[in-house]
Amino acid sequence: MREFAYHRATGVREALTLVAEHDGARFLGGGTNLVDLMKNEVETPSRLVDVRHLPLDGIRETAAGGLIIGATTTNSDAAAHPEIRRRYPALTQAILAGASGQLRNMATVGGNLLQRTRCAYFADLAEPCNKRVPGSGCAAVEGVHHNHAILAWSEHCVATHPSDMAVPLVAFDAAVRYQTLDGPGELPLVDLYPPIGTRPDRETVLPRGALITAIELPPATVAARSRYRKVRERASYAFATVSIAAALEVVDGLVHDVRIALGGVAARPWRARAAEAVLLHGQATAELFRVAAEAELAAAQPLRDNGYKVALARNVIEAELTRLAGRETNR
Amino acid sequence: MTGDTATSQIVLRVNEVTHSLPLDNRRTLLDALREDLGLTGTKKGCDHGQCGACTVLMDGRRVVSCLTLAVAADGAEVTTVEGLAAAGELAPIQEAFVRLDGFQCGFCTPGQICSAVGMLAEHRAGWPSAVTADVSALDPPPRLDAAEVRERMSGNLCRCGAHPSIVRAVLETAAAR
Repeated sequence: MREFAYHRATGVREALTLVAEHDGARFLGGGTNLVDLMKNEVETPSRLVDVRHLPLDGIRETAAGGLIIGATTTNSDAAAHPEIRRRYPALTQAILAGASGQLRNMATVGGNLLQRTRCAYFADLAEPCNKRVPGSGCAAVEGVHHNHAILAWSEHCVATHPSDMAVPLVAFDAAVRYQTLDGPGELPLVDLYPPIGTRPDRETVLPRGALITAIELPPATVAARSRYRKVRERASYAFATVSIAAALEVVDGLVHDVRIALGGVAARPWRARAAEAVLLHGQATAELFRVAAEAELAAAQPLRDNGYKVALARNVIEAELTRLAGRETNR
Repeated sequence: MTGDTATSQIVLRVNEVTHSLPLDNRRTLLDALREDLGLTGTKKGCDHGQCGACTVLMDGRRVVSCLTLAVAADGAEVTTVEGLAAAGELAPIQEAFVRLDGFQCGFCTPGQICSAVGMLAEHRAGWPSAVTADVSALDPPPRLDAAEVRERMSGNLCRCGAHPSIVRAVLETAAAR
């Protein structure tokens, strides 16, 4: 690990200044990803600004009837919160499907959104990686990529975004609030992650030195009937091959509201808008669920060794909608 | 500009004893415990947060000490496996591990035990897990069965394969409360 200075910020403005004034400065949250990457020198900050003690934790109601999750709230506290469990159960399920109890106690929700890909080539300094060293190439396109992207990848990078938490957040139209020295900003979470294009090292559209301060969840009746399902190579404590956050509200046999997002398939949490468009106001039948799933995966471009993910994603969409619809009829 | 140094003077509270020491900012809590404070009960397995052998309690919650910078733990209350039997009496979870053979080589055991202490507290607080059937149901709290224990303890690997006995030890300890 390279040497670095450590500062524990007590105010947001102090934290922003400490990062802005020093090239190579980084915010430190729970450290579960950053400290790990510092050990093998994928990350080499020369100054860490610890934001864990800023007054940014806690979960509160919005005037609109949604929730604000402070950026330094731990993943554990967010998952256990009664209002998230009641009103956005897929979010609790997604957080609990990620990492381990220990890591969820450390990790912040702000940091969760900014965690780096787990592509093995990104973490291996001996290999080329356009995310780590722009212009060096992508070892995964022709390499070991059975768990890489099937949607919206580029020849410059085929890595996936590793977060479970971000998948239901995108399904529920969450927004990210941030602060800069020039003032606050806000953007839809789905827009936080830009298209890969030729610069996979540009992982977010946040202004330089911006600090995420909160995640805003708008009210969504449909979210109370949501589920998160994660398919992975072992039963627990592993990243997704494919995951899904789905919510469905059926009235008189018709799809009244539906939300679907996928994890493990792209460089960002993937909102399944094509599937949602097919479903909305349609007859809530297994046939329609299949058609919707096919519509979403029509754009998939599997790599040499991950074609199974196309069928897997299609099947989990169909299966989870069927399960949610069954629960509706049994209500 | 703020003065930058690569070391910090920090205060670690470990098992209710206060230690004030200068440390390289790169020092992990794990290495500080083992190398600077001589508390070698906490074990270094993977050193990347993947095995759980280094689990300790920080302000009452289980964390992996290998990914916790010691400087970031400045001022926190840390409990290691040495702190669980401080009065010379085994904690109930330790007694259950011994009685039920919750280990073979023992390397993962301090982490398993600290993790179990933290996990049982999480369950008592009503936290659900990834295998809880209905996370929206706040009351009653999820019943602790073998599937719940396996999921909640999945951050602690045992290469000897003592998991069946570990699950029994955790369940017996929970039931005896």
